[in-house]
Amino acid sequence: MNVVLAKTDTGRAVSTSFAFARERLPGSGKVAEQRRQAFEAFERAGLPHRRIEDWKYTDLRALMREVLPLAASPDTTALSRAEAALKLHAIEGTRRLVLVDGVFAPKLSDLGKGEKGFSVRTLREVLETGDGALQGELLASDNSDPMIALNTAMATDGVVIEIANGTVLEQPLHVVHVASVGTPAAMFTRSLFRLGRDASATLVESFVAAEGTEAYQAYDSLIVSVGDNARLDHLRLVEDGLDAFNIASAAVTLGAHAQLNTFGMVSGASVSRYQPTIVFAGEGARVDTNGVNLIKGRQHADTTMFMDHAVPHCASREVFRAVIDDRAHSVFQGRIVVRPDAQKTDAKMMTRALLLSDEAEADNKPELEIFADDVTCGHGATTGALDESLLFYLRARGLPEREAQALLIQAFVGEAIESIANDSLREHVIAAAQRWLEARA
Amino acid sequence: MPAVQETVDRVRRIDVDQYRYGFETLIESEKAPKGLSEDIVRFISEKKNEPAWMLEWRLEAYRRWLTMTEPTWARVHYPKIDYQDLYYYAAPKPKKTLSSIDEIDPEILKTYEKLGIPLREVAILEGVEPPPGGEPSEQRKIAVDAVFDSVSVATTFQKELKKAGVIFMPISEAIREHPELVRKYLGSVVPTSDNFFATLNSAVFSDGSFVYVPPGVRCPMELSTYFRINERNTGQFERTLIIADKGSYVSYLEGCTAPQRDENQLHAAVVELIALDDAEIKYSTVQNWYPGNSEGLGGIFNFVTKRGDCRGANSKISWTQVETGSAITWKYPSCILRGDNSRGEFYSIAISNGYQQVDSGTKMIHLGKNTSSRIISKGIAAGKSQNTYRGLVTAHRKATGARNYTACDSLLIGDKCGAHTVPYVEAKNSSATFEHEATTSKISEDVLFYCVQRGLSQEEAVGLVVNGFVKDVLQQLPMEFAVEAQKLISISLEGSVG
Repeated sequence: MNVVLAKTDTGRAVSTSFAFARERLPGSGKVAEQRRQAFEAFERAGLPHRRIEDWKYTDLRALMREVLPLAASPDTTALSRAEAALKLHAIEGTRRLVLVDGVFAPKLSDLGKGEKGFSVRTLREVLETGDGALQGELLASDNSDPMIALNTAMATDGVVIEIANGTVLEQPLHVVHVASVGTPAAMFTRSLFRLGRDASATLVESFVAAEGTEAYQAYDSLIVSVGDNARLDHLRLVEDGLDAFNIASAAVTLGAHAQLNTFGMVSGASVSRYQPTIVFAGEGARVDTNGVNLIKGRQHADTTMFMDHAVPHCASREVFRAVIDDRAHSVFQGRIVVRPDAQKTDAKMMTRALLLSDEAEADNKPELEIFADDVTCGHGATTGALDESLLFYLRARGLPEREAQALLIQAFVGEAIESIANDSLREHVIAAAQRWLEARA
Repeated sequence: MPAVQETVDRVRRIDVDQYRYGFETLIESEKAPKGLSEDIVRFISEKKNEPAWMLEWRLEAYRRWLTMTEPTWARVHYPKIDYQDLYYYAAPKPKKTLSSIDEIDPEILKTYEKLGIPLREVAILEGVEPPPGGEPSEQRKIAVDAVFDSVSVATTFQKELKKAGVIFMPISEAIREHPELVRKYLGSVVPTSDNFFATLNSAVFSDGSFVYVPPGVRCPMELSTYFRINERNTGQFERTLIIADKGSYVSYLEGCTAPQRDENQLHAAVVELIALDDAEIKYSTVQNWYPGNSEGLGGIFNFVTKRGDCRGANSKISWTQVETGSAITWKYPSCILRGDNSRGEFYSIAISNGYQQVDSGTKMIHLGKNTSSRIISKGIAAGKSQNTYRGLVTAHRKATGARNYTACDSLLIGDKCGAHTVPYVEAKNSSATFEHEATTSKISEDVLFYCVQRGLSQEEAVGLVVNGFVKDVLQQLPMEFAVEAQKLISISLEGSVG
């Protein structure tokens, strides 16, 4: 009975919000129709709850209760607050593209001088004027997941980045989502990143909050296609405010012999959920995914990854490390599917959780679904506290307890962080992890 | 890496069309009218001469069942079961009250003979009728409770067990003779409201075994139940209740077969184990229900709820299963580790062929302090079958020092089948140490090195180590089960996938 009530309540609130926001959402005709269908799909399902298998550990009805109204376009105060925040979260040597409260901010972004083989447009631009095929691709996501459907319905802005065949982009792109709202609100963004054949690029995504920002909800969705023989390095840092929600998804398609190296770190947000789907569409592709959760207080961080080995001769590696302090709750659900013809697939997944407090919780669900017989797949999962004997060893050598712990935690997450190929990005992440550890001590 | 030929051949030998127990026994039987209603529940209860409280218990379960819906989360697909198109009670027609084994219908005796299940105590003792696969000896004595369709037809060695104080009898008798024990423990591990199939079982269960081992007694022989479904369109709902009182030990075995038929038959059993302080229960199953033919026609739908409760401190429950039969298997033998320092174990080999669908695994629920559990599961899928391991390991806030080790490997033979692993690992306590792995690479490097150094290949060494481990478990099965299980053991683990 509760469930029904909760659904109607949330449904009503969002429904008003959608009707209210519709005017402000870019696109008409077919785009508006796709939004309407997606919204209906969300309304039918409501906020996901623990009785839905994929959301078993992240019950949004209990954690979130409602979807906040759409954030207003940022005014000058919001923009100047955002600018200050950007200084704090800048990563040296990157080209920045900034979204403030879910709206692209050209003044804060570095759009470059129109180099060859590289184009950036905003989602708004593409949906209002762009070609139909691209619009279709942007909104044709799966409505079976209610949160992705909600994002399709409400997506206000984002960046559409296209990199032509054979282009090698030396400078990493840094897409920064800054929350700067003055009243509690939700922001919905959707971006697309297309990497052509034989091209290569580095994409960094950050989610940050400006000083003095109210509670907010960030809903993001990323569509990535990596062409044949192309290589993408992807970095995703969730550093949202500690009362924020970050509900995001990614849909990645890999061409033949493509390479994807992705790293994600969650240290912010009260509740975060990231659900990437990686589909192998061409043979010989390889994916390395690495994830780190550094959470404390009552934070809840969920990574639900789906690796779809649809074609033969592909390889995937997943390494996930969670460090959980206080009453925080970390969730990792990894699903690897090997389709009937995907012979010679080589898929491995390893998830480890480190519990630093008696009240911390770690839930792991590494799933394998295998339909081909000539493959190597494996998964491992461990959960435990810091090794007492290692701590003793360090303390016997004069390190105070906290420092000894910090050293071991650093080593624990190190394996995942080491996977970042770009030196300055890796340094940036190591520094961020260190700050977290210092704040703990 | 693909499966090696030897493995393929061995699995082939137990393929669905090689089913050896598919014969039917032609005997007259007495059945309840088709369908399920309160009247049928009353009928079964009356047939069993049950006291009023038992009938009430059943009726409550039945009413509850009416409000429940069939679960759909498992990775099994089957045509909708029409619960009104089944017989809920079938028993061989009794000629008169039996006073000795010689009065059992010779057809039934012949059936068990054909299955290799000894019902004649003397014959076994004198070695006239050695069980297949081995010489009988004093240590190999096994007490058997033979359940034919809905009733128990014979229970052997009752006298000898009585001397030791062990109660081993059909549960229908126990309800009449030891109501205090049954009332205290029945439904205390699997409550009547537990799940759809368990609730159905609570309403209509007809027979099963009851075991009570008094404090400090080590049960002098292995106990076993042999289930045989014979009648057409009949559901078999048996209920097993085993209580090991303080400091006792019992080893219990279960075997099942059914005739070859084109229709599907339903089997929904409930097994409850209770281990008090320092007690140990070892429960082994060789499940070989008719799996259906090579086109996927017929076969048993096996929906079983098995759960053990380590209620006392230092208690231990161990499940061993060899699953080769059934069209559909839906089975998760679990351990509730309530007592401090209690231990749960689950060893499973599940082999699916033809169109079989297996969704099986275990749950280890750590509640007490310093509890430990171990899960070893091997799934082998061939033909067009689907084989899923689904397991839960969870440690509660107060379960300090909980430990679990899980290893589940699966092997695919052919490209039309599927192997799946769905583990849930939940830790709510920082002192919980959980390890889950699904590869064979984590076997102690030292052991492997030792083997390789003596001339074995890496692969042979891994096979030797893992097989050696499984063998240890299976060799403790009694002979007649061991014969069947042995065939499955030497399956090489080469080409294993997570």
